[in-house]
Amino acid sequence: MRSTNLDAAIATGAPPQARSLPGTAAAILVPLAAFGALAGLLQVHEQWETGLLVLAFLAALVLLDRSRAGRSLAEACRTQSGIASTSAVLAALALLWTFREDHYSLLMVATVALYAVAGVGLNIQMAFGGIANFAAAAFFSIGAYTAAVLAGHTGLPHLLVLAAGGVVSALIGVVMLLPVLRTRGHYVALVTIAFGVLLRTLLEVNDTFGGPQGMKIPGFAPFGSDFGDVATIAGFDVSFYLPYALAAAALFALAFLAGRMLERSWVGIAMDAVRTDEIAASAFGLSPARWKATAFLTGNVLIGVAGALYGMMNGFVNPNGAGFGESLIMLSIIVLGGLGNFWGAIVAGAVIIILPEKLQSIQEYRLLIFAVVVIAILRFRPGGILPRPLRTLGRQQGGAS
Amino acid sequence: MDMGILAQHLFNGLMLGMVYAMIAVGFSLFFGVLDVIKFSHGDVVSVGAFAALGGASAIGLLVDMPGLSLLFGLLAAIAVGGLAGVVIGGTLVLPLRNAPPVNVLLVTLMAGTILREAIRLGVPNGGNPKPFPVLLPQWQITAGSFSIGFDSVLILIAGIGIILATHLLITRTRIGLAIRAVAQDVDVARLAGIDFRRTVLGTFALGSALASVAGLMLGLYYREVNFSMGLVLGVIGFAAAVVGGLGSLLGPILGGFLFAFVQTLVTIVLPTASAYKDVVAFGVVIALIGLFPTGLIAERSSERV
Repeated sequence: MRSTNLDAAIATGAPPQARSLPGTAAAILVPLAAFGALAGLLQVHEQWETGLLVLAFLAALVLLDRSRAGRSLAEACRTQSGIASTSAVLAALALLWTFREDHYSLLMVATVALYAVAGVGLNIQMAFGGIANFAAAAFFSIGAYTAAVLAGHTGLPHLLVLAAGGVVSALIGVVMLLPVLRTRGHYVALVTIAFGVLLRTLLEVNDTFGGPQGMKIPGFAPFGSDFGDVATIAGFDVSFYLPYALAAAALFALAFLAGRMLERSWVGIAMDAVRTDEIAASAFGLSPARWKATAFLTGNVLIGVAGALYGMMNGFVNPNGAGFGESLIMLSIIVLGGLGNFWGAIVAGAVIIILPEKLQSIQEYRLLIFAVVVIAILRFRPGGILPRPLRTLGRQQGGAS
Repeated sequence: MDMGILAQHLFNGLMLGMVYAMIAVGFSLFFGVLDVIKFSHGDVVSVGAFAALGGASAIGLLVDMPGLSLLFGLLAAIAVGGLAGVVIGGTLVLPLRNAPPVNVLLVTLMAGTILREAIRLGVPNGGNPKPFPVLLPQWQITAGSFSIGFDSVLILIAGIGIILATHLLITRTRIGLAIRAVAQDVDVARLAGIDFRRTVLGTFALGSALASVAGLMLGLYYREVNFSMGLVLGVIGFAAAVVGGLGSLLGPILGGFLFAFVQTLVTIVLPTASAYKDVVAFGVVIALIGLFPTGLIAERSSERV
């Protein structure tokens, strides 16, 4: 039934499903439930509670995918994405306020949000541009190192430092453009892998940027006052990670909007066309090199900005963060979340970053379990947790687009 | 620089090049038959090294015959490594044949992580480097200031022999013919009566056994094995295969020796900055791929639109 709806939508240009009251309720409730689950994950302490939560999450996933009611819930969120997003923003704010005094949980949430910002960038490169970037962590670290140099040694305003992180990351990406554009598929993967290994080794053996110890980074102080000194907001005691978490969430919201606008504009269509079939796209006058370069550099900007803020939040950066393993974690986040789906990056980020922290007592087996989970998801759900919805071309009505 | 030290460096470079080549050949074989990159390949090297260590130590406990220990180590490496290759190929790579390439890459990377963690957690005290028993005669060959162990020469000769044997296997035997046929065109190969699944799994066994033996050789040469040694070797092997040209047999061998040559060159020319050898080597890899996007020896292919 869904698929006929979709076919009809493509044929007639009508929205796949009209707005309805239950649909709106679903669009409000699903994000609430998701953030509720995240709050639960942050709250639990016992191993069995974590296990129970994971089982519930998997069950919800199966229900959402396999049952008719679940599928219509997902469909409702998709058609009324405006309402769903608003609900998600409010839920996220409520979550942050609930944990306002909890350093550790806020740090986790901010980390997930910043990795998700990088995930949006990586999605633009991979899901839209079709360039497999295996050096995401390297570009992330370039952003952090830029922040360390600029914020630590110059008086540049910190908002500009963030922007500079993105610009430097993109500029270094320019060096890689020639090999990236000339090659395809696995060869691109190798170019980025080689770059990641090269950069990490260079940072480690060269003392200009602190060598293996890395560099210190001053805290983020966008409007003159350091985030690290914040202790109260409107009379409430808060952790100094709260402003960071808010900034990270705001950055994600911006990246999300930018990415979504890019996806829906002719730029996104051009990128999709080039990725799907380079030859057909160039027959229609689209330059593959141009759109792939655009995707690669735009993605790098986002990854670099996220890295700069992450560095300022942590207060230091070292070459370990640029390693191949870290790049793999970022890549796993977007592939697990579903290539091209920005919300997926948040969900998968929570699974990959927070879950291992909650499984401390089985620390030894963490990597093993992580690897098995990733394999299981890719093997049985190749589109990821939240696959990218099909693009419905044609006239769409109201706010449903 | 002293000629003896120079020769030592060159010998070391040859040795590394041979190991890289043996690993790279596997990448190229897998890519040939399935058009996939199996990234757990590097960790198969460590699996082979540890299997050899286990086999050799077990025999060493029973009788004190280094030759017998070596034979059993070799057999264990080939069996366990080949099995690992077949299992990963059959359960993860073949079913995902039609999935996006990045999925296969990620899945096999994770499979590699599992192998690595399995060694770290499964072998007693597996997280630390393990000494590898001395199994070859310890004669020294000395010429002026140049001194080299007889065992190293043996390892080098054995490696070259194995690479030649692989070449002959691919070019002269029916199995090799089947592998080449599948690499060229799966459908036509099937029409000609070639068992696709068996050929692919056979290729995985062959490539993984090669990597395993490379692991054994590294153990013999450095007298130490380490659970994480495979990760970097995998990246280098992949780089060598791509620079040489995925899908060909000569290309990865060339790529492997080239990579080792660049590393050795940096060590010789800039002895103070030898830490930069990987930086330079990977820089050369990026530059070469920019210049030759399909590798030095390109796989013959035509694109139909």
